Amino acid sequence: MTTAEVHKSNGIGKDLATYACLLVLAGLQFVIAYQKLDASQMLGRMLTVACVEAGLAALFFMHLWREKRGFLLFVAIFTIAVLLGLQFGWTDSTRMVVGAPFSK
Amino acid sequence: MSQADLTMEGHSPGMTIGPVFSIPTKKLAMWLFIIADTMTFAACLVAYGFLRNGTPNWPRPFHSITNVALMTFILLTSSLTMLIGLRSARAGDKAGGFRWIMITAALGIVFALLHIREWMGLINEGMTLFKNPWGTGLFGASFFSITGLHLTHVTCGVIALIVVGVRYKGGRYNADDIEVLGLYWHFVDLVWMFVVPLVYLLNLAH
Repeated sequence: MTTAEVHKSNGIGKDLATYACLLVLAGLQFVIAYQKLDASQMLGRMLTVACVEAGLAALFFMHLWREKRGFLLFVAIFTIAVLLGLQFGWTDSTRMVVGAPFSK
Repeated sequence: MSQADLTMEGHSPGMTIGPVFSIPTKKLAMWLFIIADTMTFAACLVAYGFLRNGTPNWPRPFHSITNVALMTFILLTSSLTMLIGLRSARAGDKAGGFRWIMITAALGIVFALLHIREWMGLINEGMTLFKNPWGTGLFGASFFSITGLHLTHVTCGVIALIVVGVRYKGGRYNADDIEVLGLYWHFVDLVWMFVVPLVYLLNLAH
């Protein structure tokens, strides 16, 4: 077996396993959608599953796990920090629901 | 690290920028683009959540999950075919690499057609950017903006797949270029994993 053949055969099983996991997790989101839950619970569960899916895709499909640890940390910390920063809007959104104007 | 190790890791010798992250510059550029694009999609989805949470008569127009489930399956499968194409290219199988890239592009086209068909269905039911028969007009604006942004990414990805595939076959591009394009394609898939629950599944008519 040549080096190229070794490279081709190495890890295809891992790709298939990741693909299968992603299919199952995507299916799980559809199952959650038909459960009798309130919207916030449903949102929480679906987003949790989506984050796991995104992590699997980034690590194994995008090969982030193979990169230098410093780069992995850079991508993870930078992305998570900005995503967390975007969550400030929710408090105002909730105030809109309960009818309190922004000026109060 | 030997040259063989570098090749096995997918990095051509001479393309690395040692002191920073030791990854090829093209790949680093794509990662920076992906991070920036993540912010764009995240801002859109958070704004969408803000509107949905703060609007009492938010519409739930989706009666069936068949179409969106099929679209999800196709996009996930296209990520797998992209990986197989990259593996073929890395293994020196030029014909195989080209074939799998074209299969990925074909799956992207099918996804886009299904998406457009869904849009046409909603438009025929009376949904526009600013009004719809079910509730607040904000729904149409946010739905078409988010799914339209994603569809634009898919369309650009399909064009890039065809261009890079043809140039790879012609010898102008190599496996590194396919890997960089693969990052973009997987990112499009990754974004869809958040669009589906937020935009479709939370708006199912029970």
